Amino acid sequence: MIFKDKFADNMQNPEQDSELNDALTNFRLSVHAWSDAAFNRPRTAVAALQPRRIWRLAVGCALGCVLVAGGASVGLWQHHQREIELRITQARIAEHQRLAAQQQAQQLEDEDLLAKVDSDVSREVPIAMEPLAQLMVDDETP
Amino acid sequence: MAAATVLERMTMATAEEIAAEEFASVVARHRPQIFRFLLASTRDVDLAETLTQDCFLKAHRNWSSFRGESSALTWLMRIAINLQKDHWRNRRMQFWRHTQNNAVALDEASEWLPSGERSVEQQLLAKERVRQVSKAVQGLSERQRTVFLLRYVEEAELSEIARATGLSEGTVKAHLSRAVARVRAELGGKR
Repeated sequence: MIFKDKFADNMQNPEQDSELNDALTNFRLSVHAWSDAAFNRPRTAVAALQPRRIWRLAVGCALGCVLVAGGASVGLWQHHQREIELRITQARIAEHQRLAAQQQAQQLEDEDLLAKVDSDVSREVPIAMEPLAQLMVDDETP
Repeated sequence: MAAATVLERMTMATAEEIAAEEFASVVARHRPQIFRFLLASTRDVDLAETLTQDCFLKAHRNWSSFRGESSALTWLMRIAINLQKDHWRNRRMQFWRHTQNNAVALDEASEWLPSGERSVEQQLLAKERVRQVSKAVQGLSERQRTVFLLRYVEEAELSEIARATGLSEGTVKAHLSRAVARVRAELGGKR
């Protein structure tokens, strides 16, 4: 924009009115002086520091949250691991007990079977031979 | 091929540096004028500073699209006017509340009038006249105020005002005529 005599506009003709002309000139001068003073006023850095503080606070809060969440998750994980180990141990003990009971039952079954075989075999002795068998029993007794 | 790519990159980097330097010189040259126009329009130093920053930020983003059809100041002034319009439109209610709290009193604006060679009586009279003009300007419509300030504070040509505001010269003249009539009436009524 070119600086020139702004009152040369014949449409407005404010120069015909010297009072208006002076008032507009003074208005311009006062606005210029006001603007220069405001433009060159010393500025504090408070506004620039505030966002930095907010950011620091936000970052600190975020880090704190991450640490708390991390600690809690590690604790939960360890607790979960312990539970799993306990369950595995309990399952092993139960399995061991089950196997032992099974073996015991097997042994009992074997003894019963042998006893049954013995009784069966003994029943196969003919009735006619029973007196002899009785004698053998008697001989064996002291 | 690789040499050509490196050369292209160097050329682009140089062009960007030149553009940045050009823009920096434009900012240094025109920032006080943009700030002054926005301060006169809003009467709020903080708001004027914010809008000035926004204006140059927008200008920087669009600097590559500036083709030099008008002067850089006219282009910047157009951006500033649009920003101010947007601000008024978006925060009409808040703006007036804000302005009432932060805007300087009309008396204070007139206090900046340089004393010059005038006598005390003349100074008082001049300050009173400035106060009256400020009051009249405050009562103008947004468009009339913009045209008036560009003409009588920034001393812009009518054609430049027309380019900056996006109005025809005839419309600018009409707005200016009404604005001056209002100022004249304010001064006349206080005589």
